[in-house]
Amino acid sequence: MKIVVLIKQVPDTADERTLDPATGWLNRDAGDNIVDEINERALETALRVKDGDKSTEVVVLAMGPEEAAKAIRKALSMGADSGIHILDGSLAGADAARTAAVLAAALKGAGADVIVAGNESTDGRGGVVPAMVAEHLGLPLVGSLASLELAPGKVSGERQGESGTLSVSAALPAVVTVTERSAEARFPNFKGILTAKRKPVATLSLSDLDVPATPAHTVIVSHSERPARTAGTKIVDEGNAGTLLADYLVENRLV
Amino acid sequence: MENLTEDQQSIVAMVRDFATTALAPHAGEWDEAKHFPVDVLAEAGTLGMGGIYVAEDYGGSGMTRTDAVLIFEELAAADPSIAAYISIHNMVAWMVDAFGNDTQRAAWLPGLTAMTDLGSYCLTEPGVGSDAAALSTRAVRDGDHYVINGTKQFISGAGSSALYIVMARTQDNGSHGITAIVVPDGTPGLSFGAEEKKMGWRAQPTRQVVFEDVRVPVTNRLGREGDGFTIAMKGLNGGRVNIGACSLGGGRAAFDKSVAYLKERQAFGGPLIKQQHLLFELADMDTELETARTMLLRAAAALETGDPDTVKLCAMAKRVATDAGFHVANQALQLHGGYGYLSEYGLEKIVRDLRVHQILEGSNEIMRLIVGRLAVED
Repeated sequence: MKIVVLIKQVPDTADERTLDPATGWLNRDAGDNIVDEINERALETALRVKDGDKSTEVVVLAMGPEEAAKAIRKALSMGADSGIHILDGSLAGADAARTAAVLAAALKGAGADVIVAGNESTDGRGGVVPAMVAEHLGLPLVGSLASLELAPGKVSGERQGESGTLSVSAALPAVVTVTERSAEARFPNFKGILTAKRKPVATLSLSDLDVPATPAHTVIVSHSERPARTAGTKIVDEGNAGTLLADYLVENRLV
Repeated sequence: MENLTEDQQSIVAMVRDFATTALAPHAGEWDEAKHFPVDVLAEAGTLGMGGIYVAEDYGGSGMTRTDAVLIFEELAAADPSIAAYISIHNMVAWMVDAFGNDTQRAAWLPGLTAMTDLGSYCLTEPGVGSDAAALSTRAVRDGDHYVINGTKQFISGAGSSALYIVMARTQDNGSHGITAIVVPDGTPGLSFGAEEKKMGWRAQPTRQVVFEDVRVPVTNRLGREGDGFTIAMKGLNGGRVNIGACSLGGGRAAFDKSVAYLKERQAFGGPLIKQQHLLFELADMDTELETARTMLLRAAAALETGDPDTVKLCAMAKRVATDAGFHVANQALQLHGGYGYLSEYGLEKIVRDLRVHQILEGSNEIMRLIVGRLAVED
């Protein structure tokens, strides 16, 4: 089986994340940039298939600046076989539609049995790119799985909702996304780290891909800093605090 | 840290990740419950920590002594007790790798490097510590076997280990009459004393190992008869650097906690960090740790290249780093005031754990003896 995992380099959520005031784009220099944790879980899904069947080929695909090569390297150190890096200065600031079109163009020739991604990135949090990729490729989207099983020709898994759990399945090829409830990612081992740079990474520019040069459809009109945290709701116990607290939790869907 | 290769940066990042998620959250609880987390050690084994500088053919990671220093610092920043045990285990695995023949390496290294088989190093005896060449545990040749009798003291991992490298006397000619023999767990006549109650290092068991007519095949001998003392000392050169790195990691954790605490703690109209004498204290602590790091990296490089000054540099680095780690941790406790004395703040555990590093792998007095003798020898 050939599995392509989509990975994205994002700012570490442990650091302060900011936007560039001039462009409204992500400020990549503000902190450490790492492989999005949700993508590591997607990769873990693929690597577990490989653990069971060594003939499985796991490829990671990333679109991003030079520095995204580090994210690819991390994925290779965890056990992916090879990487594809779409690197093109004109893609800076690409919106979800543009990103999906470019990723789909790179995936067209890749011959993947399944494409695995996180359900949404921790930076943009649009959660639409995998669906758009599936649409471009004419593949079914099996989205937001908390657990899944990949077998030859078939993916099946569970999607958790507020009111219940759905068991879903699809024939391969398909695009699959996983949630943060899916399998926790492994650490790379020393051998993985030391052999990662010997693994092949293909760097592609837009001219290598059959994708029309369309401008971004979305533009940032304005942006503002997150307001400072204000005091929370205070419940004063007048004998009914328990009820008020329960009501509050239910109302805000916290239970 | 400057001067690290890209691979080393990735290695440090991974070990830090592992240590902060798999060790640090449990360190206090393991200490209190005297729990030896063999499952976590096996997980560390899958990451390559069971044979850091063991050759790759039987599962080792084939990395350098410098890599090992970086790794032990990170592990110890989360839990010095576990880090130190892993360092001892690595010393055992390296001794099998370096002095074992290919049959022995093939038999023992896969389990040791995976850390599914743990290793213990048995040199010290109840009546013989610093004067190791005077050890009295005896191995008598009987056909194709050795019959071992004696008692080993302060043995880390005893009772949990799969393999014990035992230094035993095969001839009565001092350090030249000592032989290194591997005794597998379960060998009849091998037994263990009660778990010692200790000041620190409580997340790893320490017991006596008792040999009563323990018979092992001659093929379990590492190297030749009489090589034991040299093997023991060569193992200790690396062991000293690693234990020093464990002190550095523990000291660094205590230092980082102190910086955070002094910034936050308010007294005399502002945060304590505004008190210049406390700032000077932090400066001294940081300097001591960097001095230790420099010495450790230099000793590690000497081990790696077989520098003629290896013994001296390892002994110096061990003394400097273990003194620095303990002193910094103890000062950090002081800077935390009464809170430092409470287990909840994690300082007193670091102090307790690091204290023994000044005693074992050759006490710091023995380190000075080694350095002094080398300085005056003709």
